[in-house]
Amino acid sequence: MISIDTKNLPEKQDKKKQIKCVVWDLDNTLWNGILLEDNSVSLRNQVVDLIQTLDSRGILHSIASRNDYDRAMEKLEELGLKEYFLYPQINWNSKVASINNIAKSINISLEAIAFIDDQPFELEEVGFSCPEVLCINAFNLDQLLDLPAMNPRLITADSKMRRLMYINDLERDRAEENFIGSQEEFLATLKMNFTISSAQEEDLQRAEELTVRTNQLNTTGYTYSDDELKYFIRSPQHKLLIASLDDKYGSYGKIGLALVECQEKIWTIKLLLMSCRVMSRGVGTILLNYIMNLAKTHNVCLQAEFIANNRNRMMYITYKFAGFKETEQIGNTAILKTQLTRIQAFPDYVNLQTY
Amino acid sequence: MEKHKLPIKTFLAKFFVNHELQDNEDIFALGFVNSLFAMQLVLFIEQEFSIAIENEDLDFENFKTINAIAGLVERKQVLLART
Repeated sequence: MISIDTKNLPEKQDKKKQIKCVVWDLDNTLWNGILLEDNSVSLRNQVVDLIQTLDSRGILHSIASRNDYDRAMEKLEELGLKEYFLYPQINWNSKVASINNIAKSINISLEAIAFIDDQPFELEEVGFSCPEVLCINAFNLDQLLDLPAMNPRLITADSKMRRLMYINDLERDRAEENFIGSQEEFLATLKMNFTISSAQEEDLQRAEELTVRTNQLNTTGYTYSDDELKYFIRSPQHKLLIASLDDKYGSYGKIGLALVECQEKIWTIKLLLMSCRVMSRGVGTILLNYIMNLAKTHNVCLQAEFIANNRNRMMYITYKFAGFKETEQIGNTAILKTQLTRIQAFPDYVNLQTY
Repeated sequence: MEKHKLPIKTFLAKFFVNHELQDNEDIFALGFVNSLFAMQLVLFIEQEFSIAIENEDLDFENFKTINAIAGLVERKQVLLART
């Protein structure tokens, strides 16, 4: 039998593993008893505290339960917990399918998911089909808050707002589903403001958090310590740019970061990243275009480093479609250069502000 | 090459809703090409025509018109048939 004890987990865990969403079963996990069979169910002792504490750390929650959707949601509302769960999967499907749906909806990898259930069968099935998921037996929740994977090193204003930002996303998605017209026309209805500014001291925690959390829309995956970041914001040879986005539904927070190393004749983009939450907003290329325009104004050549991981191909395509050409490969690092002959105009559907 | 154009056209029509895209029209000049669209386009071509787009194929010249994309697909398929 596969080990499902939390006590075996810490040493098996990759030190860098960070859980972004905890997926809960309901019957005999979140509450004692079976909703459709018992006269009443009651919350297990510690779960409210667990959910609220993790929520305050910026870790999201969802549900994978084989249950009646309406009855379960009604119960969660009565218990005052409904608002904590994003994309709850309450149906009769396999938990593997439910967990995959959640990962897809939130746009995170399975590695960033923990799954809590009381049934060995469910834990084993998920553990077998999705070995990346951290499976936790519902009877071993005592140490949950102490697991390294549940303790993000950085907790920023953005992490505390994370759940609310996802709830805003739900409203946007609903509006998009009901919208008739092109994607561009829909984006125009959002009235987006994209702000690019030089990072300040107070942005550094979030800057560091972005480098740690972002894998998919990240060109090199470089991470920098607080001291290094502090150095970059003072160094005349570096530009550390941070981007934020808001629209009529609210703020997405600080969602983009770029580090440019500026030598006299040539600038090098060491790092360019965007939070996956803004992937469908058509803003990923704007930060790059901004840097390209800046380089052109300063009359310097522009190159970029790129390190492939198995998930960041979109950023490679972004560089290539922006007119960069791969000129050399040094170890695992590709160097891409652009002549800055063709720079896309900024899209009409976004209002760009720069400081 | 002609036979490749229809599926490409149908795919692109989803993004350029109010515009009848011509075979030789530069999609990069038509509006803002964002990263997500670029990625979806590449994935679509790979799946639709069962070819692998390599890094060196990822030149915007290969993707800027329906003709250019169809030409790329044709070249990749010929290569595939030879090996």
